[in-house]
Amino acid sequence: MLRVPDARFIVAFDRASEADSVRMGGKCASLARMIAAGVNVPNGFAVATDAYAEHLESGRLRSRVETLMRSIDIGNVDDEEEKSSEIRRLIMSAAMPTGVEAEIRRAYLAIAEGDDLPVAVRSSATAEDMPDASFAGQQDTYLWIVGEDDVVERVKACWASLFNARAISYRARNGLGWLDAQMGVGVQKMVDAAAAGVAMTLDPITGNRTRIVIDAAFGLGEPVVSGEITPDNFVVEKVMLEILKRKIVEKDSELVADRAARRTVHKVVEASRRALPSLSDAQVIAVARIAKALEKSMGCPQDVEWAIDRDRPDGENVVILQSRPETVWSRKKVEREKVYAVGIEGVLGALLSPLRVKQ
Amino acid sequence: MTTHVRFPSPYDIKAPQGAEDWKRLYPYYLVFQDNLKQKEESKFWFCDSQHWPTPFKPFDAVTVEFAVKCLGQYNTRHYMIPPANGVDYRIHNGYCYMSPVAVAPELIAGRVPQFMERAGYYFQNWGSLLANWDKKVRANIAALEALHFEKLPDVVPLDWVTEGVGLDNTYGLMETYDRSIQLLYKTWQYHFEFLNLGYAAYLDFFGFLKGQFPDIPDQAIAKMVQGVDVDLFRPDDELKKLAKLAVQLDIATALWTGTADAALAAVAQRRNGQQWIEAWKQAQDPWFNFTSGNGFYSTDKYWIEHLDIPLGYIKDYVARLEKGEEIDRPTAKIAAERDRITKEYAELLDADARAAFEGKLGLARTVFPYVENHNFYIEHWSMGVFWRKMRGLSRILHEAGFWEQPDDMFYLTRQEVRDALFDYGNAWAVGTDPIGPDYWPAEIASRRKIMAALATQAPQPALNEPPAVITEPFTIMLWGITTESVGRWLNGSADKSVLTGMAASPGTVEGRARVLRSADDLGLIEPGEILVTPVTAPSWAPVFGKIKATVTDIGGMMSHAAIVCREYGLPAVTGTGNATTSIKTGQMLRVNGSTGEVTILS
Repeated sequence: MLRVPDARFIVAFDRASEADSVRMGGKCASLARMIAAGVNVPNGFAVATDAYAEHLESGRLRSRVETLMRSIDIGNVDDEEEKSSEIRRLIMSAAMPTGVEAEIRRAYLAIAEGDDLPVAVRSSATAEDMPDASFAGQQDTYLWIVGEDDVVERVKACWASLFNARAISYRARNGLGWLDAQMGVGVQKMVDAAAAGVAMTLDPITGNRTRIVIDAAFGLGEPVVSGEITPDNFVVEKVMLEILKRKIVEKDSELVADRAARRTVHKVVEASRRALPSLSDAQVIAVARIAKALEKSMGCPQDVEWAIDRDRPDGENVVILQSRPETVWSRKKVEREKVYAVGIEGVLGALLSPLRVKQ
Repeated sequence: MTTHVRFPSPYDIKAPQGAEDWKRLYPYYLVFQDNLKQKEESKFWFCDSQHWPTPFKPFDAVTVEFAVKCLGQYNTRHYMIPPANGVDYRIHNGYCYMSPVAVAPELIAGRVPQFMERAGYYFQNWGSLLANWDKKVRANIAALEALHFEKLPDVVPLDWVTEGVGLDNTYGLMETYDRSIQLLYKTWQYHFEFLNLGYAAYLDFFGFLKGQFPDIPDQAIAKMVQGVDVDLFRPDDELKKLAKLAVQLDIATALWTGTADAALAAVAQRRNGQQWIEAWKQAQDPWFNFTSGNGFYSTDKYWIEHLDIPLGYIKDYVARLEKGEEIDRPTAKIAAERDRITKEYAELLDADARAAFEGKLGLARTVFPYVENHNFYIEHWSMGVFWRKMRGLSRILHEAGFWEQPDDMFYLTRQEVRDALFDYGNAWAVGTDPIGPDYWPAEIASRRKIMAALATQAPQPALNEPPAVITEPFTIMLWGITTESVGRWLNGSADKSVLTGMAASPGTVEGRARVLRSADDLGLIEPGEILVTPVTAPSWAPVFGKIKATVTDIGGMMSHAAIVCREYGLPAVTGTGNATTSIKTGQMLRVNGSTGEVTILS
């Protein structure tokens, strides 16, 4: 892969500094941080928030968006939907500032070493992924995008997705102004995933921090993340990295790349493969090991998106697509018994009530 | 699947054909008496095939008696363990069954102050008391070593006459025998002086962590307290040192010369050979007082009397060294892993819990070296000397015509041996023939047949009705028996190709099974096989370099097999109940030492 050229609106993931993190948006900043920490993350670059700002300015879009936003009858779903479409049309139809567009094209061609590398184009809003404003999934991600023209289009689409109806109503309900949100966009090498999913470094049901819970399915991870399908579920003990539970389900469909058509397709999983685990035990442990390392380096429980990259050799094929702080349990205090007897009193207690050791 | 609510009664289990008369092999108080049927059937008994996996000869019952009696005395009379007295025991069809004796609920509270004072004193003074234990046990071993049996002379020595001793040689013979038994009795008293308390402190640490972290694997807890420099591993470490020295001195090829004696002679001939022989001799005392069994059987083979065993292991190590393999235990790795695990769990605790964790960990680490090390000093070293002395005595009576084989004395109970000695001395004094040579050969032949018949039948895992819930701390601590394991024994597994036991040492491997019922067959093991056996002994460690995993019928997390497997990084599943009867040599197995599952693949 060629080096992404230094540019005003572009930040290469592998050369980002902490000072770039705000301009990259939450998602890209976290990817850059992981790369810096030595985690296997598909490389790419961020289109900085300044590019989004430039687009609004140069197309004289800001005031028109402002007017439309003010006119929305919040709570009226039809109106929200209609104005949302109008704003997005405005953003999409305006020509991208030439300086921005040229830099995106150069950066893409650099990582693609040509014009046919499939990439993911991901929204990376500045307010997104904050523990207190769970914007997760409010903005769009486009997978399996190929070619510089399409990349440029999808970057715009990501900017526009800041104004999808879901985001508008979410921001309104949480009292967030639309101008507060800045939009970075990540362009990242697409992973051809044999399997993918999510790993949480605690048990989302109980808050138990000695567990790493992994959801996994064949193919790309989006159907797992969005809850479209029931994934295999693995529970791993965090310290010893031992698999405590495996729940393998029938997986009748998988999301895979259709390279020729430059898109992803839902494919029927052949009968012989449906009941097989989507991850081998060794892969489960490899995913857990990385999730555990991420929790340690980030300093709090993490919610990690991962994939098994078909193009990398076994043993180093787990790649991380995203890691963000777990928000639910991290803020709760887990109830535990408070008084502990130690020394001989403890021994006495154990002798009187060895039932606690029942396996 | 039918659910049985009880195990068979000992009164309903028939002796195997040819062993109908087995009860006369053991003392009356160790068998289920007919007139106590109602009382005996009201108790739950589980088979201790962890320590006594095969039927044992009448004399060998002494180890059952002394060991289990001495276990009891510390609970019942020394430390007043509040909820638990000792463990009652019986022999049935040659196997040993245990039944822990609970303290009546209304008496438990009353024992607490005494327990606190007595056990508390031991915990507070563990180091100095243990140093004293070490001295006592070494003195006891020296006393056992000093025992000397010899055949009766033609006349009493002249100086006994001139000095007016006024005693004959039979007096000394009887006294030495009685002293042997007393020293053995002392050995077992010492064995349990620290053991019950050690396990209790470990149980507290274990229970605390299970409360904090319901998912924590048992082996993670064990790893936090395990020692790195453990005396129990010294014998094997000595063999490794000798293997390396043989390679270094370039005398290794001489080890492949014929018998052990021939090989040692060939080494001595080599340049630098003497240096190796010196090291070999030095390692023997005390580290070759090490048995291939578990110390409870007179048939145990101790290295020091069977030099071909350690020599064979040394040759295996030499071969591995020459292939460039690493043979040392990864002690630095083990220590680092222990520290990592301890730290990571500690970090998951809140401040109060962490303080408790540190306290309990400290106590567990104080007591645990005893749990690991006593085994060398008692089962290996002390018992090795005792059995050697007893075999010497057996040979004297064999030479006096009492029995046909040198080791036949073990077909007599310890009380009968005393009778035979008196018979021998009596005839010597009277100037006539002893009766034994006309009594014992036929009797021993009959007993030999009974023993052979007993060995054809595997024991029931338990007898009578189990309690709804196992709460007895020693059942759980020492035998690893839980409500769940009893349930498994009763119901078996729905899927006959999957056996479940304790996840004793982590890792998953596949390989061919090698089912071994006796340490004598250890030589059959081929590299890469999975060892399936009723129970393993720590001294089997040298074969652990060859095998992929271990599966046992009996044993908990803290059984010797589990400790050694963790130490050697081998997957192990212990306490499956029936692996040796369900699995055949040559079958492909998958052993998952992390979940405790053994799958028969073909």
